[in-house]
Amino acid sequence: MKPTDIRNPDYFHKVVDCQWACPAHTPVPEYIRMIAAGRYSDAYMVNWHSNVFPGVLGRTCDRPCEPACRRGRVEEEPVAICRLKRVAADNKEGILARLTPIPEVGNGKRIACIGAGPSSLTVARDLAPLGYEVHVYDEQAKGGGFIRSQIPRFRLPESVIDEEVGYITDRGGVVTHYNQRVESLKGLLAEGYDAVFVGAGAPRGRDLDVPGRAEAAAHIHIGIDWLSSVSFGHIESVGKRVIVLGGGNTAMDCCRSARRLGGEQVTVVVRSGFEEMKASPWEKEDAQHEGIPIRNWLVPKEVLHADGRLTGMVFEKVKAERDANGRRQLVNAGEPDVTIEADEVLVAIGQENAFPWIEKDLGLEFDRWGLPKLNEQSLQSTLPQVFFGGDAAFGPKNIIWAVAHGHEAAVSIDMFCRGEDVTVRPPPEVVMSSQKMGIHEWSYDSGVSLDLRFKVPHAENEVALRDIKTEVELGYDRELAYKEAQRCLNCDVQTVFVPSLCIECDACVDICPVDCITFTPDGEEAELRDRLKMPALNLTQEIYVADGLKTGRVMVKDEDVCLHCGMCAERCPTGAWDMQKFFLETAKPKLERVHACQA
Amino acid sequence: MSFLPKPKLHHPRLPVNALGFTRRDYEGAISTLCAGCGHDSISAAIIQACFELDIEPHRVAKMSGIGCSSKTPDYFLGASHGFNSVHGRMPSVLTGANLANRELLYLGVSGDGDSASIGFGQFAHSIRRGVNMTYIVENNGVYGLTKGQFSATSDKGSKAKKGAINTDEAIDLIGIALQLGATYVGRSFSGDKDQLVPLIKGAMRHDGPAFIDCISPCVAFNNHEGSTKSYDFVREHNEAMNHLDVIIGRNPITADYAPGEVRDVQQHDGSVLRLRKLHAEYDPTDRVGAMHHLHERKAAGEIVTGLLYIEPDPQDLHANLGTVARPLNRLGDAALVPGAAALEKLNASLR
Repeated sequence: MKPTDIRNPDYFHKVVDCQWACPAHTPVPEYIRMIAAGRYSDAYMVNWHSNVFPGVLGRTCDRPCEPACRRGRVEEEPVAICRLKRVAADNKEGILARLTPIPEVGNGKRIACIGAGPSSLTVARDLAPLGYEVHVYDEQAKGGGFIRSQIPRFRLPESVIDEEVGYITDRGGVVTHYNQRVESLKGLLAEGYDAVFVGAGAPRGRDLDVPGRAEAAAHIHIGIDWLSSVSFGHIESVGKRVIVLGGGNTAMDCCRSARRLGGEQVTVVVRSGFEEMKASPWEKEDAQHEGIPIRNWLVPKEVLHADGRLTGMVFEKVKAERDANGRRQLVNAGEPDVTIEADEVLVAIGQENAFPWIEKDLGLEFDRWGLPKLNEQSLQSTLPQVFFGGDAAFGPKNIIWAVAHGHEAAVSIDMFCRGEDVTVRPPPEVVMSSQKMGIHEWSYDSGVSLDLRFKVPHAENEVALRDIKTEVELGYDRELAYKEAQRCLNCDVQTVFVPSLCIECDACVDICPVDCITFTPDGEEAELRDRLKMPALNLTQEIYVADGLKTGRVMVKDEDVCLHCGMCAERCPTGAWDMQKFFLETAKPKLERVHACQA
Repeated sequence: MSFLPKPKLHHPRLPVNALGFTRRDYEGAISTLCAGCGHDSISAAIIQACFELDIEPHRVAKMSGIGCSSKTPDYFLGASHGFNSVHGRMPSVLTGANLANRELLYLGVSGDGDSASIGFGQFAHSIRRGVNMTYIVENNGVYGLTKGQFSATSDKGSKAKKGAINTDEAIDLIGIALQLGATYVGRSFSGDKDQLVPLIKGAMRHDGPAFIDCISPCVAFNNHEGSTKSYDFVREHNEAMNHLDVIIGRNPITADYAPGEVRDVQQHDGSVLRLRKLHAEYDPTDRVGAMHHLHERKAAGEIVTGLLYIEPDPQDLHANLGTVARPLNRLGDAALVPGAAALEKLNASLR
């Protein structure tokens, strides 16, 4: 097969599973090593450059990195990447002086960001250091958007939001227009902004449409609206018996909030099965731990009410079946309906995008689902000076996606303002550096820990459920964080092979603890994968193929479960193997590029 | 040498053998030999062979003398018995151990210095006595521990790392083993595990003196141009006589071969050595023919490898001496110390 092109940054990037899976491509192993070394501020800065909200994300991220983590394929569970991020945020020292400086003299360009959520704030953070004047509009009194309005305080203390939003809005270059709802895009465009970024979120919660809904309306609330009312202190109590409809993370936030506001019998009711629920496994686990039953395969049928008071709900029991076209459908299970008594119902069955403030005659086109038509990479809309990001772009996702969109949109806006083609995306910045220090010494900790994943300490239920502002997770202390950090396999320290140096002595093959390496006659990939020392059956993982050996064979390395222990390089007599750190930073708007263009 | 032990984590799909062990369970401590040493590959081949043969580690006694090769038993079969003897004296110690307890599998590991120089006599006598063992010489043709002098197996005319030419004739251990009556004789190359692993397996299942000469390049002192034991030289001149598969009842190999291509040899313990011929005229059960062929091919500059000689029904030292079958450590005092009357009787019979 074709030899692997290791000069293509994607190849080694994919080997760093966590970084590849992260929408913002945070260099995870790099900051985990810093945490192990006690360099919390450095670890925070690596995060800050990449994901902008390390303290927030270290508590709330959807962590796409963890299911991808190689450790999960080698032993049982992935490294607790997300909670290690929080350790960096909790233990850092003053980092204000290390933030990218904001120039005193601007570049004369003005950008408007609609919404002060994570995507807009990322755009502002990326553009302000280049001299852009970024105006951020939000209907709330403070910045943060969804982060502030909907994530319950027991998961994310407000001080963390204030701090990290402040790093963006309080250092100059950013003008905030809080308590100001943008009612017309046409009006905003008329103010002469060079570009507009729409990061207004997906602000409309989907409603329930069953008999009795209207009559009991006073005791039925849309989940995201209810959560923000709780966040802002407008709601301080809830009925004793609460039904939460929906199986996503919003439903989990609703039920756990209800539990803290006086809900004694809080029940989550979900249409699908437990496994298919959209909520993250750990969110479901935390809810159950707080005494909240999750009831599955129940579809709302009717709201029960008496004298204008809600008294409960009736559900139809369903099961999943495939129809003639193989599509999955929920059909009546043939069991009696289920009635659950309740005083209040919270509806968390999804969110929708709504753009009533974007005039139809502006030339900004929407697709049939009501989402803006965008170039997926540049996030540019059909109105060239308008860009979208976060939930407003492709529907509800999560914070880390919003941040990733923010970075991409900032690059696009910067290019747009300099008259460049936004569809020609700048490449990431990649540095490869050998980790060799001595004959058998590496500048990374190459030993492989055998510890299993450490649990994050939680506050006891009696304490946690008493006050909605008590943070339930206590976070790792430094010692636990060190041990958890040591579980990281340093997947960014790459095994780089130089065929011309190899004498085919088999030393690497013999020492590899996970039988990754095979020297064998060349063949087509599918067949080659099958006859390796350990067949490479995980097709989502690449095999590294190098030719140019004296015997005419090829070196094949299955990346799947490589421990990055460096043993192959240690036992290599000729230095044909080397351990090289791969550091990748996605393209960001850069001051230097502005200079280069001006020159 | 590496400072850290080899990580304990292994491939999640690593197979287990009939005893429930993975291949990794047959490993020993991490090697302290130079990186790239052929000996490490031989250790890996021994590990693989023992794993595939479902050998209980505590049924193996690994014996060695002095030298780089003799260090290697520390790097495999960490749960087996071991004895690291005086230089060149491994064959005697192994012979003694075998006499005391014939139920263990004896694995002698030695080098060209240990077996062809200081221990040459010991090697010769253990073979001619027919000790039931697997005797592997890790042959690199150089004194590595003393920084690269020619050894007794260095070929005449070959060049040392510093340029000196060897003027002495080389000892061919295979030739000696054949001459002195070894009943299983093979030669292989550390860089060819496909050949080496079955060869070790067949030897370990052989009930007699099994000798394997394994060429094992010394990366530090004997892997240069002009060496006849370098990776490149051996690869270029390797002439395999046959390909061996060892078939142990439960997992027969069903590959298709043309008629006449394959020859099955049943060993005393029931295992079958399936030889796929690579040289039509070569007969591995003809001792004299094998010796003749070896000399002929050596003169032609080839390194002949493969299973070179096999006596399917060998007789070992215990059979020759008519010793008691039970290990000495399981005999009672009465049997071991028969008393003055028995001694008197024995003496009388000799008068």
